[in-house]
Parts: sequence; structure tokens; C-alpha cells
Amino acid sequence: MAFWIASSPHNHNHTKTPNLMRLVMYATLPGVIAQWYFFGWGNLIHIGLAMATALICEFTVLSLRKKPISHELFDGSALLTALLIGICLPALAPWWISVIGTMFAIVIVKQLYGGLGHNPFNPAMAGYVVLLVSFPLQMTLWQPPLTLVAVDLNFTNTLTTILTGFTVEGYSVEQVRTSIDGFTMATPLDTLKTNTGLGLTVLESIKNPVFGDNFALGWEWVNAGFLLGGLFLIAKKAIAWQTPISFLISLFICSFISYSLSPDSSASTMFHWFSGATMLGAFFILTDPVTGATSNKGRIIVGLLAGLLVYLIRTSGGFPDGVAFAILLCNMSAPLIDQYTRPRTYGHLKGDK
Amino acid sequence: MVESVIERITRGHFWDFHGGIHPPEQKFLTSNKPIKQLALPKQLIIPLQQHIGREGDLLVTIGEHVLKGQALTLSTNPMVVPVHAPTSGTISDIKMSVIAHPSGLNQLCIFLDVDGEDAWRKRNVCYDIEQLSNHEIIEKIADAGIAGMGGAGFPTHIKVNSKPDINFLIINGAECEPYITADDLLMMEQSNAIVDGIKILDKLLNPAFILIAIEDNKPKAIKALQQATTSIEKIKVCVVPTKYPTGGEKQLIQILTGQEVTSGQLPIHAGIVMQNVATCFAINEAVRHDIPLIRRVVTVTGQALNKPQNVWALLGTPINFLLEQCSVQNIENEKQPVIMGGPMMGFSVSSELVPIVKTSNCILVPSKVEMPSAFEKESKEVECIRCGQCSDVCPSQLLPQELQWSAKAKDHAQLKKLNLSDCIDCGACAYVCPSQIPLVHYYRIAKAEIREQQQLDLKAEKAKIRFEARKLRLEKEKIARQEKHKKAAAARKAAMNKATPEATGAKSAVAAALARVKAKKASKDQAQTNVPDPQGDLPTDSADDQKSQVSAAIARAKAKKKLKEEAVNKLSLDSGIVSTKSEVEADKVAPTEQPTVDDKKAKIAAAIAKAKAKKLSKSAESSNTVQAPENMVSEKIASSDDKKAKIAAAVAKAKAKKKLKEATSFANNDQDSV
Repeated sequence: MAFWIASSPHNHNHTKTPNLMRLVMYATLPGVIAQWYFFGWGNLIHIGLAMATALICEFTVLSLRKKPISHELFDGSALLTALLIGICLPALAPWWISVIGTMFAIVIVKQLYGGLGHNPFNPAMAGYVVLLVSFPLQMTLWQPPLTLVAVDLNFTNTLTTILTGFTVEGYSVEQVRTSIDGFTMATPLDTLKTNTGLGLTVLESIKNPVFGDNFALGWEWVNAGFLLGGLFLIAKKAIAWQTPISFLISLFICSFISYSLSPDSSASTMFHWFSGATMLGAFFILTDPVTGATSNKGRIIVGLLAGLLVYLIRTSGGFPDGVAFAILLCNMSAPLIDQYTRPRTYGHLKGDK
Repeated sequence: MVESVIERITRGHFWDFHGGIHPPEQKFLTSNKPIKQLALPKQLIIPLQQHIGREGDLLVTIGEHVLKGQALTLSTNPMVVPVHAPTSGTISDIKMSVIAHPSGLNQLCIFLDVDGEDAWRKRNVCYDIEQLSNHEIIEKIADAGIAGMGGAGFPTHIKVNSKPDINFLIINGAECEPYITADDLLMMEQSNAIVDGIKILDKLLNPAFILIAIEDNKPKAIKALQQATTSIEKIKVCVVPTKYPTGGEKQLIQILTGQEVTSGQLPIHAGIVMQNVATCFAINEAVRHDIPLIRRVVTVTGQALNKPQNVWALLGTPINFLLEQCSVQNIENEKQPVIMGGPMMGFSVSSELVPIVKTSNCILVPSKVEMPSAFEKESKEVECIRCGQCSDVCPSQLLPQELQWSAKAKDHAQLKKLNLSDCIDCGACAYVCPSQIPLVHYYRIAKAEIREQQQLDLKAEKAKIRFEARKLRLEKEKIARQEKHKKAAAARKAAMNKATPEATGAKSAVAAALARVKAKKASKDQAQTNVPDPQGDLPTDSADDQKSQVSAAIARAKAKKKLKEEAVNKLSLDSGIVSTKSEVEADKVAPTEQPTVDDKKAKIAAAIAKAKAKKLSKSAESSNTVQAPENMVSEKIASSDDKKAKIAAAVAKAKAKKKLKEATSFANNDQDSV
């Protein structure tokens, strides 16, 4: 009688990559729900569009590359990328924005570099940056929170706006974005940037209704939702805590220094934490293991670097938010950081690599 | 430092090692049942080598009857550990058989047909170890064939024969692998014997402290050993937290002492010796009771068994006997893995005939429900997403994900840089990998490749050194030779130029040598000419005429030539050349005869020639017979020579006839003209 031969260890803790991806997708739920509550259906529609595009692209490329389709198509990585792209986009951006962004992310950034595990850049962020650079107009079609919008942005209206550029009643995106006083409303980060550029102080700026009562109307709750999801992932040990925590600390320290030095021209620490894509970037994008650093020390360094870069781009760069650029720059430096942060092996002296 | 370590330990504080995992322990399957004594199996298969090192020399032959405890092999080298007959019986065979090895390797095994009497050889029981010198104890341990029973199987007598200044003797009872309870049960049931064994080790090594490390999931074993050691101040029972792989030598040292064993060194370099509890038990048995290592506790477990339990198994017991004893559930229905060792580091055995050896602590037969990954036929491996969970759990603090890439790329330099050699094969990384990459498997392959490469490099290096040494030696010899020749030449020259009596002597010596050579040559020539003479002389007697004498002389010359040719023939065997030569000679003869235009004379000459030819053939024959001794080896040559001689004679006859005709026609013409 011959027995079945296998290599040790014979036991496994039954974790699987697709399960990990699914868990991360579930963790985005609080943030996505907050987004839906404050900004309407736009992002959900974009998420749907992006996911469909992602599956089609992934299927096409996998069959071209003669890869096991059933095995890899539903491993969740493409869907997660699409989900993140959908979350990032301006709610009323035209439909082809999410399609082009997802196509670029899946086909070029992910698959052409060798598929899952081989891409040097985070596909969602690379896709987003391509859109931001190529279609600056459409990518700034940020819609103010529903409470500030005069037009009733129900599901049908949002869908027709995304597909045709006009609501059922015929309002254009620009008209939707215009406040009752006739001003075009932008995101809090954008508003602050424009206003400080105009010589206004922060205190004067935040009187703008987009800031709401706390830091940034709507955005603060979206960020809180992603923070909640992120903490859930850390508790589940699905992501390493080092990256998001060091990122938030770094951003906090940077904004705190400048806020203490000149409170008039600098936003508060909590404004930086709870506006823009801070929490999404911290817990869902920077923690992408494929493109991040692998050692714990490396993860901390990447987090600190990303926080600094986000702060610098927000305050002195040309774009209102800098999370996507900061993350791509960190992706670039991650292998180098890994190289210099190898842990000391048992029985070896420090520096004795 | 030692004191502070002890302080910490008495306070119950331990260090921690990096990483580690908590796989399902599953020890409850077997931990609550006593160790079962089994009936004797019908046949035992005893591999000659059951430890790290080399196999001993065979002491028994097929058909020999052996007694229980009788040595089957002899140790002639410290790295050789003998094996003993686990019970009495007859050696039925000594042949290659599959052994407990991941590769399903075959090795020389002794097949022992058990006679069922279990008759002991004579034993030397010694209850007072104080009577024995350390040397005697070590000899007893070596003769008992004890090798580390925790897994590696390092010869124990080498490990206990250490230098002084041992800070810690650590007794490893951690047993961190899931499922295995062999040491646990042994500690529960034989705590006093284990402590006696520890006392023997204490006498040998005289360590500052003895630490018995047991994971906190074995409360009964802890209690038993605490009771057995209450009176001994030197021994501390350390209850360490349960975590895999706490039982690893390096990890346990770190937990207890906070020290790390420097890479590439042994714990002894840090003044630490570690022994397994089962080894301590075996040492006690060997030294006090003169029982060699012939049995051990084996955990036979897994949910595919109806009665998982610990058993006392004789070394050499085939696995199928153990499985029968523990009521295995329908094992044939599909590919059932049977694992020797634990689920983390054990290896699946290829055959049911694999015997229990000194290092086998567990036979695991999992069901598909409890260990699905052990049944998977294809690897479910997907791409690494660099999640880093592997490096989080690695007890050696390696970077398994980077090692994996380098291993797949066969980048040996990078693997060395990433300290692959510090990997202890614990399997924690593969256990947690969400991409289900069989990381340890890749490392094993890479390690084997590196080892092979190193051996090749070593071989090449040796060959290079050998070659270079040879080149150097040849060069030296050449120079020495040249030097010698130069010297000799210079001496000769000097001697000649001096014109002293010796010099003239030397000159005359040269001249004399030359003369001698000449004389030799001359005598040789003479000898050659002398040989055919007796044959050639005969015809001259019958010939009175001058012309006939001439022709006779010619014939003689021919005969000589023939003879010579024959000699040549015997060497070259080229009949073609010979025949043409003889023809040429015949042609040569003809013209010399032509001037002698006399009818009668010609006739006479012809007759003589005929006679000569006849004689020639005869002489050829005779010469053949004369030379036969030389040619004995090949009779063919002789016969072919015979033929050739005949042919030559015939040719000569024909020539003679032709000449006769010519001569007559010439004479007629002459007459006409007259």
C-alpha cells in the first residue's frame, strides 16, 4: 500500500487570498454607506461600472495570457481595485471616466506587469492619477454634499447625469454644482487651497458651507467610515497596523507644526485627517501589500513618507489632494526601503546581513 | 548573568522569540490515555542507520539467532551509533528496504523474525552510578546506541562528552508540535526515571543549572516533574507559554536564557547543552539497567484512527503493525497521507513497511476533515501578494517571501544574503501563507541545490589544488633534471679539457666502447653470413664446371636471399611483396646466365637450378621447422611460409626452364650463323 506523499507542513490555517480581498471589500462598507448618504448614488454607480469593466478586462487579459481564468478572475483583486477607483471618483463624473480608469488600472498597471503580486504600483491609484492628469476637467466635477445641492439628485437623476451629463430635468453638472448664491462649490480641500491662494485666512475660508460645522461637511463622515473599516481590518489582522498608523501620525505632526506656526494659513490637524482621501488612503490603499514595504520597519518608513508627501502636496502642490501621488511615490521607493530595512536574522549580529 | 537568568525564571518570566504560530493542538486525542504495551510484531525491520552519522559494521549474518538487546552493528567511529535487537529472534534477511526518510529512500535493514520468547542477553545492572567513572558512563551511553530522540538524532555520547563550563543543561520537554504527546506521557509516567537520567547527565556535564522546559499545555507532566525534582535545588522546571516552535533548540534557548545561538555555531559554544526528555529516559535505562535503546514511545494519532494512543513501540516495528493496533479506518478508499512526525515538520511516508526508528515520535493519520491540505493532489498555490504574514511568524526572523522569489529564481547568492541557512524548516510561514505557497518545500529544494553546488565547488577546488600541485612538482622535477644534466655535462667537459690520465682514459674508454660496438656489429654480420653456408655448400660439390659454379653461386645467393626473405616474411607476413620480390630475383638471375651460352652447360645449369629450387623449398621447410619454436605461437604463419617457399621454388623452376629454352634457341641461332 502506498501512501499519499506531501511536503511539510501538512497543516494550514485555511486563509486564502480571495477571502482576504473579500474582507477588505466588506471593510469599505461604512465609508461607502457614508458616501452614499452624503453624496448620493454617484459613487455607487461608478463602483458598479468599474467592477463590470474590471471583470471584462481581467477576463480578456487572462485569456490572452492563457492563465487559469476561474482561478484568478474571482480572486477578488480586480474587484477590489475597481471598488477603490469607484470610491475615489467625483460622483458626477461621466461614465467613461470610470471605464477608462479601470481599464488602465487592470490592463496596464496590473496585468501587463505580470498580474497579481507583480505590479509595482497600486492599480487603483495609478488609474486615478492617469484620469486626473488626462481629464482634469471631468476629474474636478466634485459634487457638494446633497444638503447643499438645490437639484434633487435621486438615483435616476444621478444615472442620467453620469451617462449624458444632464439630469432628467436638464440641469448640467455645472448647474448642479452651483450654490444658491451662484458660486461653484468645490471640495473643502479645494476651497481652502483656492481661498488661501486668494489671501483669505483659514478662519475666513471655513465659513464656506462646504466645511459644515466640524471640518468638512460629509467628508468627515466618509473618512470616519473608512477609519472604522480600517480599524476592523487591523483587528482582523488583515492589514498591518504599522503603515496606516505611521501615516496618520506623520500627517498629524506635519499639519500640527505648520498649524502651530501659522494658524491663519494652515488647516487644523483634524481637517487633514478627516478630509479628502486620508483615511481611505491610510487603511485601504497604502496597506496594499503588493506595492508596499514588507518589513515592519519598512512599513513605518513608508507610512511616514506618505504622510509627509500628502501634506506637502496639499499645502504647496498644484493639486488639492495628494494622497494618490504620495502613494505612487511611496510605491516607487518601497523596494529600496525594503532593501535597507531587512530585519536582523536570529543568531546574526546587527548589520551582519 | 546566569544568576539573573535564574532570577527571571524563578519569577516565571521568560523571553520571547520572534513570530511563532498557534496551530490547533489536537493533543487531547492521545494525552489522556496511558502508554500502551503492544504485543510483539511478527517481524522487525531494523535500519542500520537511525541517526545523524554513519552506519556501523554488521555483527550478524542471515540465519543467526539473536537475543534481546544484542548489538547488531559495531561502532568503530564516534559518529556511528550501534543498533540492537529489540527482541529475540532469527535474522531472516539483510537487504535494502524503504526507511523513514522523506524521499522514501532504501537503506540496508536487518529483518528480524521474532521468536516470541523475548529472551534477554546477559545484562549488567548497575544501580549505583557513583561507582562508575564518567568515561564508563559515556561508554555505556555509546554502546546503548542512544541518539537524540527529539528529532535530529545526533549521537548522544558526543553531546554529553563536552568540555567543562556548562552554564545550562536544558531538558527539552516542550513538545510544541501539535498532536504529539509522546514526551508528555513519558513525563507523566516515568518522571522519576527521567530525573535519574538527568542526574546522570548532571554528573557528566556538571552544569551550573538544569532547566526542564515544558509548555504550559501539559499540566500533568509539569506536576509530575515538579514532584520528582523538589529535592534538587539545581533543577528548575520552567513552564513556558505554548507556541509553535518553542521546542526548537534555538528558540527554547532564547526563551529560557534570552541568548541567541550565533549562526553557524552550536549551543555548546554558549555553554548550553540541550537534551530531550526521552533521551534522558533512555540514558537512565542504558546506564542503570543496561537496556540499550530498543524501544520508544510513539504517538499514533489522527482522526482517521479509531483508537489513537501512545504506544511503546520496538524500534523496527513497521508502521502497518502500529496502525492495526490503533484500528485505522478504511485507509484504502483513497490516497491517505501517513505522516511520520508532527503535522508541521513531519514527513509523509511512502510505504506501510517503513519502520519506527530512534527519532520517530509520532505517526499521524489525519482525516480529510481535519487536514484537507494534506490530501490536496495539486498545489493550490497562487501568486505571492507580499502580505508579509510569513515574515511575521518566522522564528528566525527571515523574509520568507523574498526567499521564495530567490529560491524560484535559483539565485543562490541572494539566498545566502537572506540567510536561508538559518531557516529551521519549522513550516510556520507555509502554515499562514494565504496564497498557499509551499514555502518550506521551495527552501528545501534550494538548500539541496546549494549543498550540491558546494560539494561540486569543493570537488573542483580540490581538483584544482591537485592539478596545480602536480604542475608545480613536474616543473620542479624538470628544473632539477636540467640542473643535473647541466652539471654532468659541465663535469664531463671539465674532465676532457684537463687532459689528465683520467681524461685520456675517458677518451680511450670512448674509443674502446666504439670499437666494441664495431666488433659486435661485425660478429653479427658474420653470424648472418654463416647461417646459410651449410646449405649453400652442398650444391658446389656436385658442380665441376666454372659456369655451373657461377650459377651455383648465384643460386646460393638466391637461397640466401630467400632465407632472408623468409625471415622478413615471418615478421611482416606480406605475401604480395614476397612473391613479387622473388620474381624480381628470378629475373635478375636470368641475365647473368645469358652470357654463358653453352648447351650442355646451360642444361647442367638448369638441372642445378632445378635441384637448387627443390632444395630451396626443402630448406625453406627445414628453416621453418628450425624456426618453429619462434613461430609456435602461430602455426598459420609457418604454413603460409611453406606455401610461399613452394611458390618461390616453382617460380624458380619455371625461370630455369625458360632460360633453358632461350639458351637452346640462342645456340641454334649461333649454329645457323656459323
